[in-house]
Amino acid sequence: MNQADFLNIIVPFKDKVFRLAKRLLVSNQEAEDATQEVLLKLWSKKEQIGEYNNVEAFTMTMTKNFCLDRLKSKQANNLKLVHSNYQDENTSLQKQVEAEDSISWVSKIMETLPEQQKMVLQLRDIEQYEYKEIGEMLNMNPTAVRVALSRARKTVREELIKKHNYGVS
Amino acid sequence: MELANIEKLLEKYFEAKTTILEEKTLQEYFSQEEVAPHLEDYKSLFQYFSIAKEEQFTKHVPLKTKRNYYKWISVAAVAVLVLGVYFGNQPSKGGGIDPQERIAAERAYQETKRALAMISQNLNKGKEKMLYLNEFEKTKNKIFN
Repeated sequence: MNQADFLNIIVPFKDKVFRLAKRLLVSNQEAEDATQEVLLKLWSKKEQIGEYNNVEAFTMTMTKNFCLDRLKSKQANNLKLVHSNYQDENTSLQKQVEAEDSISWVSKIMETLPEQQKMVLQLRDIEQYEYKEIGEMLNMNPTAVRVALSRARKTVREELIKKHNYGVS
Repeated sequence: MELANIEKLLEKYFEAKTTILEEKTLQEYFSQEEVAPHLEDYKSLFQYFSIAKEEQFTKHVPLKTKRNYYKWISVAAVAVLVLGVYFGNQPSKGGGIDPQERIAAERAYQETKRALAMISQNLNKGKEKMLYLNEFEKTKNKIFN
């Protein structure tokens, strides 16, 4: 397998890897580093790629594990993930989101969810994977995925309604 | 899409019982400008999801592995080593010294040997004379002890 083949394989899901990493790590910088790390790890295992029946799911699992490890080590070091996304002029998304305040609440509310619910919500409502696939990626059974997802969606709804009722703008 | 249907889908959505297709219907509904006033709250939720989907990873991944790099360095090192040994040994192998030079070199060698022998002889003579100094030592010891 050469570089071009590898790039063709990762193109469909590299953005998804990045978005999942960003969901967990919050910081743009951290998420970029994590994505790079994960893709390089995949590249170093390129000879075995044919053996995995679902490279995408495998990569997402790798991403999840990497990010959780990262969070754990940050916690152990008693350091908080610092993110300076608001200074980043390049992310048009951030600007877009900032423009529409109540939309940015959703992302803030999602930040407060437990890790597992965050990931489930990300993988389902943003990446639109099937329950079975999510179960495979997160090593959960599909029923547990549904339960976590329902909880996450309800929490987001409650928080959102709360915010709207306060009329905070 | 009629309102009753959307409400039903929303209910299913929060129980996590919707299919991907139904969720897409919801997203489509909430992406339009006008939504029913009592559903306004959900608009930002679904809009956020569709915006978040657009974010891309733009950083370049350096796929050139370091291992490859080291491999080539070692190849170069081996090449240099082999060439070095080959060219380094060449003069001694092809040692075509002509006889006249050899004779001259031998004579020089003999001369040097003779000169060195003379030096050592003289040195030994000098050393013998030094033995007298020992007498001083002996007398000195006798006096002081």
